[in-house]
Amino acid sequence: MDNPARARILQGMTKDTEILIVGGGLNGPALALALARAGHRVTVIDAMPETTRKDAGFDGRAYALALASQRLLAAIGVWSRVADHAQPILEIKVTDGHAGAGPSPFFMHFHHAEIEEGPMGFMVEDRFLRRALLDAMDDHPAITRINGRSVIAQETTDAATTVTLDDGSTLSADLLVGCDGRTSGTARRAGIRRAGWDYGQTALVCAIEHDKPHHGIAHQFFMPPGPLAILPLPGNQSSIVWSERTAMAARIHALDDAGYLAALRPRFGDFLGNIRLAGKRWTYPLNLTVATSFIADRVALVGDAAHGMHPIAGQGLNAGLRDVAALAETLTLAARRGEDIGAAPVLDRYQQWRRFDTATLVAATDAFNRLFSNDNPLLRVGRDLGMGLINAIPALRRTFVREAAGLTGDLPRLMRGRPL
Amino acid sequence: MQAPQFTVDPAEVAKFEAMAAEWWDPHGKFKPLHMLNPCRLDYITTQIAGEFSRDLSQPRPFEGLRLLDIGCGGGLLSEPMARLGAQVVGADAAEGNLPVARIHAERSGLVIDYRHTTAEALAEAGETFDVVLNMEVVEHVADPLAYLTACRQLVRPGGVHLCSTINRTAKSFAAAIVGAEYVMRWLPRGTHDWSKFITPDELYDLLRRAGFEPVDRKGFVFNPISWQWRLSDRDLSVNYVTASVVPG
Repeated sequence: MDNPARARILQGMTKDTEILIVGGGLNGPALALALARAGHRVTVIDAMPETTRKDAGFDGRAYALALASQRLLAAIGVWSRVADHAQPILEIKVTDGHAGAGPSPFFMHFHHAEIEEGPMGFMVEDRFLRRALLDAMDDHPAITRINGRSVIAQETTDAATTVTLDDGSTLSADLLVGCDGRTSGTARRAGIRRAGWDYGQTALVCAIEHDKPHHGIAHQFFMPPGPLAILPLPGNQSSIVWSERTAMAARIHALDDAGYLAALRPRFGDFLGNIRLAGKRWTYPLNLTVATSFIADRVALVGDAAHGMHPIAGQGLNAGLRDVAALAETLTLAARRGEDIGAAPVLDRYQQWRRFDTATLVAATDAFNRLFSNDNPLLRVGRDLGMGLINAIPALRRTFVREAAGLTGDLPRLMRGRPL
Repeated sequence: MQAPQFTVDPAEVAKFEAMAAEWWDPHGKFKPLHMLNPCRLDYITTQIAGEFSRDLSQPRPFEGLRLLDIGCGGGLLSEPMARLGAQVVGADAAEGNLPVARIHAERSGLVIDYRHTTAEALAEAGETFDVVLNMEVVEHVADPLAYLTACRQLVRPGGVHLCSTINRTAKSFAAAIVGAEYVMRWLPRGTHDWSKFITPDELYDLLRRAGFEPVDRKGFVFNPISWQWRLSDRDLSVNYVTASVVPG
């Protein structure tokens, strides 16, 4: 019995990998990198072929990465690959607006100089972020990638979880992580139910070129049909996320480019000068979908698979990356103390860490949207006074800046700029 | 194997046999141990790594170390130690724990030598180890000094002995007996006998008399807000752990 060589053989033979990640979007690769750099063996299964992900041109989609998310990307070797394409967000201006009537006199203005950590965040185009994550994975020998295959079945036994792919092959691991989005098959196959509702709103997303510089300022206008965000991209370009009631959004989306611009222009005035469309136009129906549990036997959910939320403050990806950092830290600490990383006590810790944060964020985002997507005069007065008040009190303003930078709450190590 | 020689009180052994099958249920009767486990493992792994200059961020850092887990129960400590590469002997005086531990280790793909024996019997057989884990046992034995003397014989020169127990304070009476056994029902009533609890100074004294050199002690403190245990340098008022070495 006292034979270490045999123990090694037994351990090596039982499973194909330590951690199986389903989903090759943004959270999946980020988690794979965080885990591989901490010494784990990881396999990423992506239903899409790699070329589709790598060869994307400019398409107008971009992310507002909070400072905490940027730190995570730096810690996993991704940030250096996108830094040249990133636009720092130096200021955020929040205004209560009325289509056509211009901004209300009450607004909140947040400046990154109010916190010492740096800019509140960065705007990065979808294509650069995806490519950087894929390139970083290519450079890591502990990451195995399977592209163009989907999972058709999964099964968990006492000591392992096994998935079957659509080519009939099987893979086993200590833990299966679903990074497969708001319609997560991993969650469904694990018997995890979802709760949620539709906002009756649709986000219109596009990029614009403008004559005047944006000075790194992000704008958020709250208007009765839904919020409008103007987020600075490198050069004289900005990303627009514009929410309207679904029927109205469909009508606007059906317009030609000139008509679309004509609808957009009066909603934020002319402070950026002349505007032109750059890249494609996108629509995303806004709904909230939360998994009733973030874990099951040898299964953990990350990102939209756990909580698909309203993209009102660009918090979807940031919340997902926070899951990534928390799960990577939980698993790494567990492995270093010799625990079974797929066992219930370990996964409970991840769920405990992330569920409270997520519930708070989901509730706040939802309440925010309900409060601001409203033309009730009492609510208008209330929120204008509230915004004026927050803007007048430096300590409150700093809290908001730290919140926007993602620096509040029980921050995982990777988001504090420290390695695992 | 020769018949084990018990300083363990037979009435105590019977209590644990009744609970054996529940060892691996994190929400079952051993929930308090499952909750305490990360904290205990943090202390154990850090002490072993420090003593033998091992890097915990590397795979199987305890490769080559022979380790004894006394009172191994269902294997809550033995399995993590085996996973970290140690060559583990798990010893338990309660026979009913061993099948549970063996089945679980086999399913986990781990090789652990589980034995129905005692520290005294192992010492008599001349077995020695680099590391001896003696966690939450000493408060259950009839003669702590005789028991620790046997443990001392099991540790090789240059080796380390980690021993945790419960302090004898008003707070430990409230927490371990009233709280854990009666209010929270975490443990069956009668699991612990408060008069058998040992203060940290008494334990240091016993360890020295047994031939160990005590080098460190820390408290395990439960935070009812975060519902988690943490290590404390100062608060040893309820659960605490000690590290002692045998000079090489």
